[in-house]
Amino acid sequence: MTEGLRLTVDGVGHHYGGLQVLRGISLTAEPGQVMVLVGPSGCGKSTLLGIMGGMLAPSEGVVRCAGDVPADCLNPLTYVFQDFSLLPWRTVAGNVALVLEDRLNRTDCSARVAEVLALTGLTDFAGAWPRQLSGGMRQRVGIARALAVHPACLLLDEPLSALDAQTRDLLLDEFSTLITQAGTTTIYVTHNLAEAVRLGHQIVVLSRRPGEVRDVLRVDRPLAERSAADPDLVALEQRLWRMIRDDAAVAERERIDVAS
Amino acid sequence: MSRLDGPVAFRGGGFAPRDRAWAAVATLVGVVVLWQAGASAGVIPTLFLPAPISIARALWSLTVSGELWKNLSVSLMRLAVGWIVGTVFGIGLGLAVGLWSAMRSPGMAIVSALFPIPKIALVPLFIIWFGIGEGSKLATLAFGVFFPTVIATAGGVDNVPRGLIRMGQSFGLSHAAIIRKIVLPAALPAILSGFRVTVSIAIVLLVAAEMIGAERGIGAFVLSAGNLYDTDNLLAGIVVLSVLGLVVSWTIGRLERIFLKWRA
Repeated sequence: MTEGLRLTVDGVGHHYGGLQVLRGISLTAEPGQVMVLVGPSGCGKSTLLGIMGGMLAPSEGVVRCAGDVPADCLNPLTYVFQDFSLLPWRTVAGNVALVLEDRLNRTDCSARVAEVLALTGLTDFAGAWPRQLSGGMRQRVGIARALAVHPACLLLDEPLSALDAQTRDLLLDEFSTLITQAGTTTIYVTHNLAEAVRLGHQIVVLSRRPGEVRDVLRVDRPLAERSAADPDLVALEQRLWRMIRDDAAVAERERIDVAS
Repeated sequence: MSRLDGPVAFRGGGFAPRDRAWAAVATLVGVVVLWQAGASAGVIPTLFLPAPISIARALWSLTVSGELWKNLSVSLMRLAVGWIVGTVFGIGLGLAVGLWSAMRSPGMAIVSALFPIPKIALVPLFIIWFGIGEGSKLATLAFGVFFPTVIATAGGVDNVPRGLIRMGQSFGLSHAAIIRKIVLPAALPAILSGFRVTVSIAIVLLVAAEMIGAERGIGAFVLSAGNLYDTDNLLAGIVVLSVLGLVVSWTIGRLERIFLKWRA
């Protein structure tokens, strides 16, 4: 179990050329808690995640991280990608070992790979190629690769959006368990409000472009006690939808205008 | 208004060609059999196009006398050295062009300016620079192999999914590790496809270079046989070149199976 990092976003704004996508974002992701970013399409959720993980330089503001990083952590801020980003020429075990093989001796590397494969139910697929796996299994590999580096903060960019509804529900339960076990600070981007209320301790609602923090909702119930049928969570999901519905409709019309 | 009545006709077939090894072999055998039959019947003048049996006899005679290996070994050495030198430098510049902005425009300017030059036209220049010996022949091959390799490698690097590189960066991999673990494996299919092209180019240039200034080698042997109107040996030399091309192509196919076994 790790303590996790505190990630502080201070006055962050971003623009691509002349297009402002984020404005004046200030947030704090607490150690060991899950912050979920939701908002209409194009509001800059993934851009904000990229900035929080150091993959994008913000046009304005700064992101700070503070906290104890475990001694065996090989990559403090670790992403899980929507498209899985697996290397097709490496087996499942090879993908999981991507970072470990250069940083650990062979014995420790094999042990850690075996540990996360067992944790994610992939032990029997260690020698499989990514192309042989379903979407859900590929995302499990993505999760295993991320957990293998013992991160202090997990950044997940719509990790379930490329999957079918059944697989999404199954993986959502597993995510909840794995995130609880890992105890890391987690930033989770999604457009799915059911995922947001199942996983988030803080749910940050962004407005349509340029994205600004519209509201931050807190959910105190432990992840292990949440379920899809929980009436409080269903009510919260409906409240979230009411908050972003109009923005989502406008954003959709803007997308159609741009496309035509 | 028209009326439909009956089973729906299947219309989803075709556009799925399959390899049939036996058809390839049967085609080659059929051509040789027809050729032999035409020569035996006097339809094909054997003075200009010897019968396959005559070519086979000439090949056997060249093999037994050691003449074939004496020429083939020299050609293989030139082919190997010239191709390897051109490939190594080509992959190096291709990677540099694909990875670094400082190299991209200068590298592509040089490639664009020099690639279209017919390399055979440069053989006399290389003879002046490197002499009539091995240097000029190896330089011709290496030069001919170099440019297509640069283009194939740079294209392969350009097509590496940027998402995989970002993934490597997000996991804190070093620049060198990203090149070794992501860029090179992702570009490998394009590089290996380039090998097929460059080996064919190398064989063409080998023969051309050996015809211009060499005492030994398959190209020199073919030229010498032609000068003597010895069409049996001339065709035997051409058959050796064809077999060489097939062997090289098969070898690259094996390499692709070994290194790209992760593909479907």
